[in-house]
Amino acid sequence: MKLSQTLLGIDFKNPTVLASGIWGITAASWRRAAKCGVGAVTTKSLWLHEHKGHRNPTIISTDHWTLNAVGVPDAGVEKAREEIGSFNKNKPVPLIANIIAESVENYAKTAERILELKPDLLEVNISCPNIEDEFGRPFACSVGDASAVTKAVKAVSGKTPVFIKLSPNVDSIAAIAIACAKAGADGFTVINTAGPGMAIDLKSRMPILANKVGGISGPAIKPLAVRCIADVYKATEGKLPIIGTGGVFTGEDAIELMLAGATLIGIGTALADRGENVFKLVCDEMADWGKKNGVKDMKELIGGMHRELQKKS
Amino acid sequence: MKPIPLQSRLPRTYPIAAVRRETEMVQTFTFSVSLGAKPGQFVMVWIPGVDEIPMSIASDNGKQLKVTFFAVGDATRVLASMKKGDLVGIRGPFGTFYDWKPKQRLALVAGGYGAAPMYFAALEAIKDGCSLDVFIGARSKEHLLYEKELGSLPRTTLHIATDNGSKGFKGFNVANLEVILKEKKHSKKKPFIDQIFACGPERMLVSVSNLSALWKIPSQLSLERYMKCGYGLCGNCVVDPLGIRLCVDGPVVKNDVCQKIEEFGKYHRDAVGRKHSFL
Repeated sequence: MKLSQTLLGIDFKNPTVLASGIWGITAASWRRAAKCGVGAVTTKSLWLHEHKGHRNPTIISTDHWTLNAVGVPDAGVEKAREEIGSFNKNKPVPLIANIIAESVENYAKTAERILELKPDLLEVNISCPNIEDEFGRPFACSVGDASAVTKAVKAVSGKTPVFIKLSPNVDSIAAIAIACAKAGADGFTVINTAGPGMAIDLKSRMPILANKVGGISGPAIKPLAVRCIADVYKATEGKLPIIGTGGVFTGEDAIELMLAGATLIGIGTALADRGENVFKLVCDEMADWGKKNGVKDMKELIGGMHRELQKKS
Repeated sequence: MKPIPLQSRLPRTYPIAAVRRETEMVQTFTFSVSLGAKPGQFVMVWIPGVDEIPMSIASDNGKQLKVTFFAVGDATRVLASMKKGDLVGIRGPFGTFYDWKPKQRLALVAGGYGAAPMYFAALEAIKDGCSLDVFIGARSKEHLLYEKELGSLPRTTLHIATDNGSKGFKGFNVANLEVILKEKKHSKKKPFIDQIFACGPERMLVSVSNLSALWKIPSQLSLERYMKCGYGLCGNCVVDPLGIRLCVDGPVVKNDVCQKIEEFGKYHRDAVGRKHSFL
């Protein structure tokens, strides 16, 4: 099964993407992911100025779920310049720069500064669920806010494609997606972490995360990701590409997200469980599945569920 | 109901079962739990409501787990004020461990609180018939750790070094190791030492690394970087330019890998990923 594709003028040798927030702090991390077979890498969310994250514990897991409230730490644009600059000197795979800000105005400013570093694609994080105490409800939770951020970033983004990273923690992800699409979004990343959730230590009766609550990822959220991807794909009539992210551990998980409408597949939490070779493992498993099931090009899987439903109706 | 197996990536609190004061700044806490940890591995120690920090394991004997720590930072100062019975969260064990073959002759080099994991390594290596030369170093004799315990082990020679010469060799313990390699006429044909293990400040590790390369003795060094998750997700402990995660591919790193880490002995990164020089 062919796993490579050209999307918005960018060549992807396979559909796997290092999800934002996982590794992603340094050029060395991105190179390591590329060496381990990833199709593209995403930076950890980049701020205009330094932003301190939360105290530890910031990440905890069981076999079923991971909770994180790292709090989006970053040293600001100058560090991004050093790391992205170093990566661009000899770039093994496309780089997706993920940006975040506390206001619509600063989303545009951050986008401008980061675009100077020539990323292949801009991913706009409007959906982090673990900095609400600091900044209030994420922009991704309101049609108006999501649309305003998209419009502001698109106004400065030129030819670089802009993907909006959506939250599953909303009444209608379809309504948010439609608003962003109308504001000019070139694609979506679906989904950011769910919840937020909480874990309590029984004896001390204390919440374990220092931030008390954190975004849920891992195998438990895959069905949520599949439904959200399907909603966004349907709402945008399959016209905009989606980086499907959420609980992908195996090739079959990736194929399921593609049938829902994903074009690329974000992988994050699975790195802890399956190790750094997870990108290669997922690709091999996808290829095997394609061979066994007579699918020659991965592209025919994208949105396959919607076409099947249409046939049956 | 069957007991639920421990989740290594989720902390669970345990009452401190025993407190032992080692030196003015250093204490050892014992917990009545075993994580099946090996020497060189670390745990994340959670002080509810305060912080969570990585700590190397001072011993895990199948029944009890011990950690030895310096009260140097905000979190360890709070930890140091805790008493027997207080609840502390633990998750792990994480990372790589020291690796030896039965009956090898090992040099264990420990700077400061590095003596704690080295004592754990010594206990386990002796069970495999290894002979040990243990080098412990500190600023002065009051700061030496695990001196008595290491000194009473079978097939073990203890070498002490202090910066001010108040006990043992005056100077760094790595210099002391070199003196002994020369004395014993260590050579590839007639090796005195099969492997060197080291744990301590990065400046000391650089010396061990260079000595190990010069004398062609394989070594395993325990490196420390800022940790958040401890199991390979957050990327905070990734080192340049290899991109390996020290929580998974470390903390114990073989010297041939260590010598390829450009930032080794030069800089480390903080919680926001900014570089800080060791100098």
